[in-house]
Amino acid sequence: MTLTDDQNRASEEPVVTELPENVSIATEEGRKLAEQLADAAPHAKRLLEVRNLSTQFFTKDGTVHAVDDVSFELDYGETLGLVGESGCGKSVTALSLVRLVPYPPGRIVSGEIIFDGIDVMKLSNEEMRLLRGKKIGFIFQDPLTSLNPTLPIGFQIAESARIHLGVSRKAAADRAVELLSKVGIPRARERLGDYPHQFSGGMRQRVMIAIALACDPMLLLADEPTTALDVTIQAQILELIRSLSEEFGTAVILITHDLGIAAGMCHRVNVMYAGRIVETGKVDDIFEHPQMPYAWGLLGSLPRIDEERGTRLRTIEGMPPDLINPGPECRFSPRCAYVHDKCREVEPELSSRAEPGHRARCWATEPGGWLNGSQ
Amino acid sequence: MATRTATIDAAPLRTRPTSLWRDAFSRLIRNRLAIVGGIIVLTLLVLAVFGPYLAPYPYDQQNIDQLARHGNLPLGPGVEGHLLGTDALGRDLLSRLFDGARISMTVAFVVQAVVLLIGVPVGALAAWFGGRIDQYLMRITDVVYAFPDLLFIILLSVAFRETFFGQALDGLLLIFVAIGIVGWVGMARLVRGQLLSLKEQEFVEAARAIGVSDFKIVTRHLLPNAIGPMIVAVTLGIPGAILAEATLGFLGIGVQRPRASWGVLINDGSLWMRVSPHMVIFPAIAIALALLSFTFLGDGLRDALDPKLKGKQ
Repeated sequence: MTLTDDQNRASEEPVVTELPENVSIATEEGRKLAEQLADAAPHAKRLLEVRNLSTQFFTKDGTVHAVDDVSFELDYGETLGLVGESGCGKSVTALSLVRLVPYPPGRIVSGEIIFDGIDVMKLSNEEMRLLRGKKIGFIFQDPLTSLNPTLPIGFQIAESARIHLGVSRKAAADRAVELLSKVGIPRARERLGDYPHQFSGGMRQRVMIAIALACDPMLLLADEPTTALDVTIQAQILELIRSLSEEFGTAVILITHDLGIAAGMCHRVNVMYAGRIVETGKVDDIFEHPQMPYAWGLLGSLPRIDEERGTRLRTIEGMPPDLINPGPECRFSPRCAYVHDKCREVEPELSSRAEPGHRARCWATEPGGWLNGSQ
Repeated sequence: MATRTATIDAAPLRTRPTSLWRDAFSRLIRNRLAIVGGIIVLTLLVLAVFGPYLAPYPYDQQNIDQLARHGNLPLGPGVEGHLLGTDALGRDLLSRLFDGARISMTVAFVVQAVVLLIGVPVGALAAWFGGRIDQYLMRITDVVYAFPDLLFIILLSVAFRETFFGQALDGLLLIFVAIGIVGWVGMARLVRGQLLSLKEQEFVEAARAIGVSDFKIVTRHLLPNAIGPMIVAVTLGIPGAILAEATLGFLGIGVQRPRASWGVLINDGSLWMRVSPHMVIFPAIAIALALLSFTFLGDGLRDALDPKLKGKQ
């Protein structure tokens, strides 16, 4: 990822106004039109800005605050990690970004999502549909169930290009071949007519990546893309995502519960806990100077290769809190080893730490806190 | 920057992998009953299409002279070149059975087309939108389901008998519509049930995530996944339609003479049952054969398309 790439990208893409359906950027006129449109619209500084996003699920037991007042931003071409344990709101955050939270029972209750200068929450359903797949690609967790078993994979890859780029069947098929080769599937043309069950799990995830990248999106949402795969395939898939995102200048939001993956892939990391971002910062800062006991716990629970054999894995005691009617306290306080009375009364805000851009939600590590400077 | 990821060097994989349909077909041809059923169904279809050319006589041609020579009684099987005999008006029974096959097969397929045309959209709409739309559509379905089928068809037939609609295609059109109108309920429920579980599948969310429209998700992604059960339901629904048509024919509603629905033939024969039982026996055999063969074929298709269900339904 280089800065110039990002700038090019930003200026090439019409920000607010869409190109007319029948105009392709591939033609000279189309390119001119696109540039005009881009000049007319204000440039977005960031690819994505999320402000005070709250998504709730209305169940019969009460309202689940799955994502609670989450704010973050993402630069063009940047890779951001969303890490946290199961049920902390990572996936719902990603689904909220493309407004795919299952409704009912889920709903985005408040917040702003500005994607490339577009206010996502204000788009009509039809406009939203045209944004998905075209500018935001999505890779799902389980490649085994995310492909339609009754359609040939060639069709499934070409589908996105057919919808968004309006290309002919033939051109879409060529695009599918190109993408399949890109994601490392040999003899791509011969395999267009094959069905998902004729591919292994890793191959299917490659196909999913090809689908997500079909329209050359600006943002790729990867929701635990390797959880269903074995470790060797995991490494290949992650490497593939990284190299393709660098090649195309695609920004990535990588959702994972595996800190190792986040460390290897991301520029910045958001640590989520119980629907909130509890720590955010550059990946090195978070791994070297974590500022939140929960992050210490996560890092401490990683198995280490230099550890003596036979030692038990460290875990974080207790369970994540119930997200129905969370109290005013720090949500990690029941499990925190360093808890003070203050934590049980008021939840801290995300506040800055020593390194630029590094922020954490913890009384103890704030300047003047009882753990400040100890880690 | 080139992709550095290792490309897996796949071994030649050209032992043409079996598709779902090929797989199902190979299971189907191992099922002997289904094959017998299939052959009879094919025979009936051939008769339906080419019957008039294969039949020894026109179905409505009366052989009065022959009748007179036999004391004005229906000719028995094998008499004077009539393989299955004639009816009381001297019409060749075999030729009339062929015409009956034509009517039965037309009813079988057109009624199922009506059933699909109504049932699939209703079921799909109910499943996809859920909520209130689902409620309304399913209550309508329940109401139609609660209709006494035959009574409704008879009422419809009687009400429209004198109109153009009732006369069209020798009264067949009315029969198609009437049987179809009471028959789509099962298909709607089946499609709804299938789609309700299918729409929770992740590939639907994946399709949404690339911006596929709702209509295309239903038609291209969901319905093809339900095609197996739908084929089975159609095949197993055909005997019901044939039987309904025969019943109506027997009651004198629907297909009008001189057309020779199997039900009409049995009705004709019932008057002569003591003297010339062949007039009842042969149409009855034809009906039974048709029903059994469609049922066997349907069972075979079910086992072939969904092996998990084998012996459960």
